Amino acid sequence: MSKIYYSPSHEYIRVEGTSGFVGITEYAQKQLGNVVYVDLPEVDDDVTAGEDFGAIESVKAASDLISPVTGKVEEVNFALVDEPGLINKDPMANWIIKVSIDDPAELDDLLDEAAYQELCH
Amino acid sequence: MENEKRTCLYDKHVALGAQMSPFGGFLMPIQYKGIVEEHNAVRNACGVFDVSHMGEVSVTGADAEKFVNHIFTNDVTGGTPGKCFYGMMLNPDGGVVDDLLVYKRDDDDFFLVINASNIDKDVAWIRSCAEGFDVMIDNMSDSLGELAIQGPLSEQVMTQVLGLDCAELSFYTFKTLDINGESVIVSRTGYTGEDGFEVYASHALICRMWDELIASGKVEPCGLGCRDTLRFEVGLPLYGNELGDDISPLEAGLGVFVKLDKEEFIGKDAVVRLKAEGLRRKLVGIELLDRAIPRHGYEVLNDDEEPIGVVTTGYHAISVDKSIALAMVDACYAAVDTPLKVRIRRKTFPAKVVKKKFYKKNYKN
Repeated sequence: MSKIYYSPSHEYIRVEGTSGFVGITEYAQKQLGNVVYVDLPEVDDDVTAGEDFGAIESVKAASDLISPVTGKVEEVNFALVDEPGLINKDPMANWIIKVSIDDPAELDDLLDEAAYQELCH
Repeated sequence: MENEKRTCLYDKHVALGAQMSPFGGFLMPIQYKGIVEEHNAVRNACGVFDVSHMGEVSVTGADAEKFVNHIFTNDVTGGTPGKCFYGMMLNPDGGVVDDLLVYKRDDDDFFLVINASNIDKDVAWIRSCAEGFDVMIDNMSDSLGELAIQGPLSEQVMTQVLGLDCAELSFYTFKTLDINGESVIVSRTGYTGEDGFEVYASHALICRMWDELIASGKVEPCGLGCRDTLRFEVGLPLYGNELGDDISPLEAGLGVFVKLDKEEFIGKDAVVRLKAEGLRRKLVGIELLDRAIPRHGYEVLNDDEEPIGVVTTGYHAISVDKSIALAMVDACYAAVDTPLKVRIRRKTFPAKVVKKKFYKKNYKN
């Protein structure tokens, strides 16, 4: 059973066991418009909660990707290299990185679905 | 956002669901459906832009022609009424006060179209230069709206939707129409690299034309987002990016619009001097050998990673599917195929100099 948390900077983390899949939300992909490039980290890179681990670029602008948790990159979604537009099609299915979660307590600082929806209104 | 001005079409943009952002002191539509869709509509069919933020200044009087030629780099003396001229106003140091379109209505009647962000600066500058000339300078920016109808189907749209027969207008010419007693300027000009028209009229008439264009279903409403991607791909400069108070038109590659054979104009001496000394920097095209995107303000490096310039505009271009940029670089790195690098966030990416016109213009002559 996975649980999804959200950050105020519009990333989500779908938690499965001690790892999480991180991507951007439906709201974020709509605001960005056509995604044309994702600047991905490498497997084994360290990420820190609240700090950027990469960037996502739409036609208009570049936006930092902020890690919701501290941990290590376990997997990178390389499909986004050739097809960054997958994020517009389905941002939940097309996660960007899988990370280990060093400190599950960090998840408490994130928003649940209801709180995140509130933020987007 | 309360300090931003609104064009007469503001409520219509909001009703269409546009993303509104500040630009040049106005709250403008950046996109409606999306930049890519709107960009392609202009390349392949027809789009309409609200460009009512642009400034309009009329210069009339016995010395109008002499005065315009004094403040403007292009030469308006040869042209017949009904001709448009692109060029720049320069400061005495040869930097660009603004780039503008000049419409010659008659020898004593000119209509200047200037950038929104520069309206106050330009009007003050124009007035300050007018001493000793018999001219009237009238800033009409607040009372006029402007639409740009752009794309290969724009002539058809002008006729079929707006009932304005513009077929006889050639590129960079205009005519003044009487619509319900109002004098309306229609020119075959634009900022997209496609065939197209620009219309200047009262707010009421601009609103009516906008409604007719949108209701026809033949014209895509287009925001400033794709206006920028379209002009960029065909190498047209944007003031604030490729042009500025400290940039010479020669550095920006616009020497063809600076008529040094004119007896005088403000900034001429500085341009002549720079030409004799040789350019220290030049605007070039850059192609990235990667999908990363070189954006405005990013640093350009030589092969040894020493800084040699800056990106003025960059995109993953829509019509050519490449990561490309315009950049102002040291002149010794301006030759086509010179290997360069661009710093993008923490990494540097290999690039090379290419021709500035990334996409072929498709004007009607």
